Amino acid sequence: MIMSNENTPKLALENVHQSYGENQVLKGIDLEVNEHEVVCMIGSSGCGKSTLLRCVDLLTPIDSGVIRFDGVDVTAKGTDASAVRRRIGIVFQSFNLFPHMTLLDNVTLGSRKALGIPRAEAEEQGTELLDQFGLGDQIDTYPNRVSGGQKQRAAIARALMGNPEILLLDEVTSALDPELVGDVLAVIRDLADRGLTMVLATHEMGFARDAANRVCFLHEGTVLEEGTPEELLGSPQELRTQRFLARVKQAGRL
Amino acid sequence: MDSGSDRVGAREEEAGADSVAPPRAGPSMFFRQEGAKAASIAVVSSIVVFGGAIALVASSPNWPKVRDQFFNPENFRESAPKIIEGFWLNLELFFYAMLIIPVVALLVAIMRSLRGPAFFPLRFLARLYTDVFRGIPLILLILLLGFGVPALDLPGIPNSVTFWGLAALTISYSAYTAEIYRSGIDAVPESQRSSALAIGLTQWQSMRYAILPQAVRNVVPALMNTVVSLQKDVALISILGIREAVRNAQIYTAGTYNYTSYVVATLLFLAISIPLTRFVDWYTARDRAQRSQGQM
Repeated sequence: MIMSNENTPKLALENVHQSYGENQVLKGIDLEVNEHEVVCMIGSSGCGKSTLLRCVDLLTPIDSGVIRFDGVDVTAKGTDASAVRRRIGIVFQSFNLFPHMTLLDNVTLGSRKALGIPRAEAEEQGTELLDQFGLGDQIDTYPNRVSGGQKQRAAIARALMGNPEILLLDEVTSALDPELVGDVLAVIRDLADRGLTMVLATHEMGFARDAANRVCFLHEGTVLEEGTPEELLGSPQELRTQRFLARVKQAGRL
Repeated sequence: MDSGSDRVGAREEEAGADSVAPPRAGPSMFFRQEGAKAASIAVVSSIVVFGGAIALVASSPNWPKVRDQFFNPENFRESAPKIIEGFWLNLELFFYAMLIIPVVALLVAIMRSLRGPAFFPLRFLARLYTDVFRGIPLILLILLLGFGVPALDLPGIPNSVTFWGLAALTISYSAYTAEIYRSGIDAVPESQRSSALAIGLTQWQSMRYAILPQAVRNVVPALMNTVVSLQKDVALISILGIREAVRNAQIYTAGTYNYTSYVVATLLFLAISIPLTRFVDWYTARDRAQRSQGQM
């Protein structure tokens, strides 16, 4: 494993392009995320936030550009994608828990099969994690039997198993009923406080303002503007950013 | 017939009177009586329809001829032992085919579902296999392999006609079954694959632990229907001269010009396929009920 020195960002994207057929989604993304940093990506639907996160986790191949993880180009040919993904955790908007497994099996599957950790040990860790997230009495329940908020907390627990070095969160509260959002955000905020490096795509401007070190505004596949939450949310320089934030304000979400 | 319809009327009146009598009985009481009434109507109408049909057939002037050709008790007794003996072979072959087909079909389906350029040859082979063997009429494949391969008399290759008949059946059914599995795999949302890969599983592990359990569950009813049809299609190998139930029935008919032996074989096949079909229906209904309750 390559030791990261002070100057090497945990994650760096350089001029990343990605397209689905004719549709260009990412048009030259440059982004750096340092260790222990929490970066929020905001922007309207279709601006490329989700695709960017999928590309970082090597779930969607990029057309050109470089993605570096601890300084190492993980988009190079011959990269062991599974090995990279084990060091990264990702949580999806629609939870994507495995419906045929209990919450505990969902959480421990990766450790047991990908890392070869014995079941007893994995279950001990998994139970502890689920317990931390208030799901201690639901470990043997199937995902269809719990609420959206509980599903999402279980999905975060699943992503945290194996201690990832960076956590990617893709609009993790967007599919939740409003009264369930708070619990999930509290869990994420706690992780941020503990120093976990995180990149979030989010519509929760309040959360971005309070918990992020840096906020990036994505527009049509590029990072149009970035800065501290005060800078970007308080006095945005770009016209597009101003318009976007004005619409968010109108909708009562800032 | 008249007395039948009178009885229905009488029940209706009785039920009507009862449902009025206890006013506090509530809806559940009402529904139970409705159910009892419906059942009695069903019984009576069945007796009328089926009894009438049997009476009509038996009173027809041609019935004795039909009875002697198809339902002759003497011929029945005479032909049954050989046919039952042959039917054991049908069951044996059915059993082996059921062991082999799911395994071969699953391998082919997985090969077809692998992603990435490295797996192109496997995908191509799997596709060729399903295209070719679904495209050949089963009876032709049985003739080709069952007569053709033993005739080659190649060293090291079994030259039993029964073996190659079974092989033809297995190859053809595996191609169909592979497509059933594949439709189940395709029905699992792409997001499930993503999250399996995201927790560090390899492509194969994602398939094994995340996709396949859901895929197989999706297609269990379709797979069981295939089992029902396989059980009947085993009889096709009779064209190879193998002495199974249908062949033995044919031999009896050839010597006696009486078709009761075919009815014997028919009853044997129905004795297996009807319970199987009932089981499939029961299982499918139970599965649907469980899914709608959100259990997995």
